[in-house]
Order: sequence, then structure tokens, then C-alpha cells
Amino acid sequence: MFARVVWLVLRKDLTVEVRSLEIAYTTLFFAVSCVLVFAFALVREGRAPEDGAAGILWISIAFAGTLALGRAFERERQSETLRALLLAPAARPAIYVGKLLGIVALLGACEMVLVPLVALLFQAPLFAHPVWLAIILLAGTIGFAAVGTLFAAMLVRARTRDVLLPVLLYPITVPVIIAGVRATATLLQPELDMDSIRFWLALLGCFDVVFVTLALWTFEPLMTD
Amino acid sequence: MPKWFVPAAVVCGLMFAAAPILIANAPYESTMGLVQKIFYVHLPSALIFLLAAVVCGVASVRFLFGGNPRHDRIAWAAAELVVLFGIITLVTGPLWARKAWGVWWQWDVRLTASLMGWMVAVAYLLLRKYGGPGSDKLAAGLALFGMANVPFIYISVNYWRTIHPTTNVLPTLPVSMGLPVWFTFATFFLLFILLLRMRVRLEEQRARLDALYLSVDA
Repeated sequence: MFARVVWLVLRKDLTVEVRSLEIAYTTLFFAVSCVLVFAFALVREGRAPEDGAAGILWISIAFAGTLALGRAFERERQSETLRALLLAPAARPAIYVGKLLGIVALLGACEMVLVPLVALLFQAPLFAHPVWLAIILLAGTIGFAAVGTLFAAMLVRARTRDVLLPVLLYPITVPVIIAGVRATATLLQPELDMDSIRFWLALLGCFDVVFVTLALWTFEPLMTD
Repeated sequence: MPKWFVPAAVVCGLMFAAAPILIANAPYESTMGLVQKIFYVHLPSALIFLLAAVVCGVASVRFLFGGNPRHDRIAWAAAELVVLFGIITLVTGPLWARKAWGVWWQWDVRLTASLMGWMVAVAYLLLRKYGGPGSDKLAAGLALFGMANVPFIYISVNYWRTIHPTTNVLPTLPVSMGLPVWFTFATFFLLFILLLRMRVRLEEQRARLDALYLSVDA
């Protein structure tokens, strides 16, 4: 029953998104603009600063993620569809997980464009260890989106949601971004330091577990009027 | 105000008056000298900073699942004290670090995590102020996530190799240094309780005033 609700919410979100592609296109364009701004600011005489690519990749993901989260729930606010979703006889945590997976899928699609772009513009060997990179990106995106989905859902009713989402989201997700940046930067080193990667991945895993657990626990009372 | 408030405030004032004497009489630390005395302010305020964050988180959880507005007021008051004691910690820390490490700030894990915890409290206050109706629950959710950061700040120095002293320092202090630390900690703790009580009372009065306005309208 739980998995079925998750799947239905996810399928609904993806269907709506595939029909208009509004969030995907706008978010992607914004993320690419971010990368370009960083490229203009940081690349000097054709050379990017060392480890810069990892930071730029994650900052772009965080910025684009905030935009996507805001839009995804703005869409639910129009014609009160979020209320309808919450009124449905389904477990609230299942609705949360469905929303979370939708955001993760959307950000994953963005990352598929962002990673080659950053690798190209900053001459970073991001594709040297594709499997590790994919795991790090997935773990980081889940951690970021777990908090983001909960906060964006809570803020739907707030008047100043557009400004409050980044204000609340960034201080909480800083550890995830730090761990993601450090792990990605380790991947860019000529020699792979497995201990360091395992350490940062373990930290990312810890934060994912803590954030998802807290979000599942509090989604029900937070979304009750 | 409860009966104990005024005597406790007097005691707290006397303790604050006595603290500088105790700190001045404590022996000089062999390598850092005079600057090490900041420790007697830095460590107690840092502990109260973490304590306030835990109080805010626990009160928020109880408000979220129980709905008692009293817990919400405690959480709000505690969040303001997180910001206050956080400022004391984050100002005294760099003053000491400048002498002890040679730099004002280091992007070390405990410093970063403390700054982050402080920013969560500021975000909490921004949410309370500008969130509009319904922001009490949102703030409670935020405080819960902020509290998850506290054990991370506390244990971080023991697991990472950083230049910040670890939590093992405190029990190994000689009595001549340990006594002033615990005394200033008790002073700060009493101040925390007094400020918390005062701030909660202010919110209680506000709630009563709102209730009175509503009853006049009706």
C-alpha cells in the first residue's frame, strides 16, 4: 500500500512534468547560467582554480534545487491540489516519499547535463570514476532534497515562501553540500584516495538517514492544519 | 513572575561580580598566558549555546506532537538565547584563536558546525518574524533539524583531527582552573534560566493581551 501510494504520487508528478517540462527547462537553464557565471568569475587564462569544479557543481545543484523545489510546490498550491493530495486516504509519509523521489529524479536529470558541462568548462576529470561520482551525486541529492521537500511543503502556506525557502534550507543542508564537495574534489585528484571517499560518503549516508528519518517523522504533524 | 525570580537574579548578579576575581586569581596557562583566560567565558557560553539549542529542539518536538503553546513559547525564547550565547561563543572564540592559532578563523569542522547551528537559530527567528500565520509549526520543524546538528558539533572535535581542543580537556583540568570554569558555567546557566523565564513570560503576556483583544471584539 505504501509503495503503491509512493508510485502514484511519483507518476503523477512525472506525468505533469513531462507534459509541460516547465520545471525541467527553467531549472536546467538556471543551473547552466550559474555555471557560466562561475566560469567567467573563476577561469583565468584558460585555467580554473584547483578543486573549483567540485564546488561549482554542487553550488549549481543547490541553487537549481531550490528553484525546482519552489516551483514544484507552487504548482501544487495553484488550485489547492496539495490539499487534495493531503485529504486523500493515504499515509502522509508515502506522499512525502513520492514527492521526494520526484524532486530527486528531476535534479538527477539536471545533473546529467551539469556534470559534462562543468567537466568541459573547467577541464575537470569528472568522468575518471563515473560510478563513484554517480553514488556521491545520488547521496548528496537525496540529503539536499529530503530537507528541501519537507521545508518547501511546509512553506506552501507561508506568505513569504520564496525568500524563506533558501533562508531555511541552506544552513541545514550545509553539511551535505560540504561532504558532497569534498568527496567530489577527492575524485578529481590524480590518485584516488579511497579512505577519504569512504569517509565523506559515510558522512553523506549518515546525514541522508538522519534527514529522511526526521522528515518522515515530522511530515504528518507539520502538514496538519 | 515566580517567587524565586528576584532572589535568583540577585544571586546571578553577585556571581557575575565574583567571576572576574576568580578568573583573575586562576593560574596562568603555561603556553598561552593571559589570553587563555577567555576560555572561562568561551567554554561556558558554548555549552549554554548547545544547551539552548537542545531546549529549543525538545520544546519544538513537544509542541509539534502535543500542540501546547507553552512549549512553543519556550522554543522561541530558547532560540533567541541560542543566538545570544552563539554570538558570545563566536566572538570570544576568534579572539582566543588569533593568539593561540595565529588566525581569527579556521574552516575547521567544529567552527563551521557551530556557525551553521547559529545560522539555523537566526533562520528560526527570521521565520518567526516574517513567516506569517502558521509559522509556529514550521519553526518547530526547523528547530528539530537544528537540534540534529548539536551532537555533531559536540563530538566533531573527537573524531576529526582539528586544532580545536577536544572535549577531554575539561575533566583533566587542575582544580585551580576547573573551579573558575564550573563557577562561570553555573553563572551563565543561571543567567540562561532567568532570561528564558523572562522571555517566556513576555510571550505569555502577549498571548493574554491577544486573547483579551479578541474577547472585546466578540
